[in-house]
Amino acid sequence: MLEIQDLSVHYGQAHALQGVRLSVGAEPLGVVGRNGMGKTTLCQAVMGMVGASGGSVRFEGREMRGLAANRVARAGIALVPQGRRIFPSLTVHEHLRLVSRGKGARWTIERVYETFPRLAERRNNGGTQLSGGEQQMVAIARALLTDPRLVVMDEPSEGLAPVIVDRLVEVLRALRGEGIGLLLVEQNLGVATEVCGTVAVMVNGRIAATMPSRALLDDEAAQRRYLGVSAAVGGGQR
Amino acid sequence: MSGGRPSPAALASVALLAALALLPLLIPPFWTANIFGRAFVYGIVAMSLTFLATYGGFVSLAQTMMGGVAGYVAAVLVPDSVPSLVGGVPYAAAIPVALLAATASGLLVGAVAVRTQGIYLLMITLALAVGFHLFAQANIAWFNGYEGIRNVVGPEVFGLPFRNTFVFYYAALGSAALLYALVLYVVRTPFGLVLQGIRDNPRRVSALGYDAALHRIAAFGLAGFIAGCGGLLVTFYNIGISPGSIGLGPTVNVLVMCVIGGLGHPIGAFVGALVFTLFDTFAADIYDRDRFNTLVGAVFLLIVLVSPDGVLGLAKRAVAPLRGRRRVGPAAGAAPNTGAPLAAEE
Repeated sequence: MLEIQDLSVHYGQAHALQGVRLSVGAEPLGVVGRNGMGKTTLCQAVMGMVGASGGSVRFEGREMRGLAANRVARAGIALVPQGRRIFPSLTVHEHLRLVSRGKGARWTIERVYETFPRLAERRNNGGTQLSGGEQQMVAIARALLTDPRLVVMDEPSEGLAPVIVDRLVEVLRALRGEGIGLLLVEQNLGVATEVCGTVAVMVNGRIAATMPSRALLDDEAAQRRYLGVSAAVGGGQR
Repeated sequence: MSGGRPSPAALASVALLAALALLPLLIPPFWTANIFGRAFVYGIVAMSLTFLATYGGFVSLAQTMMGGVAGYVAAVLVPDSVPSLVGGVPYAAAIPVALLAATASGLLVGAVAVRTQGIYLLMITLALAVGFHLFAQANIAWFNGYEGIRNVVGPEVFGLPFRNTFVFYYAALGSAALLYALVLYVVRTPFGLVLQGIRDNPRRVSALGYDAALHRIAAFGLAGFIAGCGGLLVTFYNIGISPGSIGLGPTVNVLVMCVIGGLGHPIGAFVGALVFTLFDTFAADIYDRDRFNTLVGAVFLLIVLVSPDGVLGLAKRAVAPLRGRRRVGPAAGAAPNTGAPLAAEE
């Protein structure tokens, strides 16, 4: 579905992404790594929000690199950004109406309210009046309403309470049943491995390893080497 | 906020409209035409700026210019204007052409300024406004230079001249009400929501699949249409148009009206225009004739100092204790109550 080849991004002199290769198919793919390793840059480069200096991003066979973000979105990729980035002055319902693609779409506003009943209760609340978990639901709903075939999520569990993270994991697992591809970027190894069968480890702008989630969870040496954590912390944290 | 049953705000709007429709029965004709009528037509121009500033975050100084485009196009086309440059085009045709021209000028300004924000947008729209003003002043063939075009009397309505106090008043009131309703409708459509999204975070809007630049330009086009309606009525009110009526003074006056009334809601433009008109008309009577602008300036300063969000802000604060504190409007700039950084983009 998504084929990333040798993707490079420079911020001035800084080489933030250094030839990233990834492939996302029907199964969700997790990308884990410490802070500052280029995970958010990867999300933004896929989305066309930062310009790539080399490589390619092919989605369903079409080259996305060089397209503006709105064209990438129209092609069927949606981003759930780090920190949610809810519009502060719009209500929940206005967020959904902004992106709703109408009756023919697989995801409609009614379906969002069925899936996230909490949002129906909060429909007339402003973006800044929501809790972190509610904001995350709005951000996910906003992405789904664009009717994507691939969702890119940038640290969705960040700053959420553990019970809310459990709910988030359920939602992410449900996406697979929908046939929606998922590129899940996480610092929380627990979330990434629960949702994704395969994880890629990002170190200094490169993919250092791609392996089954089980293998990474069992390999404490690899965790320490790549992530600076052990399973006792990384796996048990959430 | 949501559709369905009429909201208290909608009922209040209808009541206000009814009151304004009956108002000419109670007040002298001078007040009907020269205070309220004038406040409505300038309020329309001001509302085009309020629309851009409140919902898109674009502060444009080119709105008087867009109104001037409509006024000049009509003045050039219509019969009986002095001097007659093209002439002979009936009002029924000249008015749509003028509004089309104003819309086009809005699209053009929007396209030229599409990459600018804040003070740079202010400067570029100011430059366009001043440029058009100077061009109109220097060009004799199309604009009759410094003198402008006189005797643009406006269309006859049911056999009555447009200058008739009541014809003018109701035309101004009707246009203002329709355009006001149009703005309130548009900002609730997906287009209007995208515009508000652009104000909050343009990158996020593009990541959701919308071309932020095109939406911006379209918003300027709509603002151009609204300003054009106001500009036409101003031209009929003044029975002509000259470079002086689209110069720096009138340009700044529109901004002053918006700020006095309060950005945040389109009604503020009309409130501000009314306050401005009252002071502009009566300050000379209550203060030294040569220096009445000092009084006008002092009052404006006072309002802005006491209430940075204008008369609307004052009213909101006066009403808030009565209502209790249960509702904090989403547009009222409620303080973020979560830890997530929302306003700043990556």
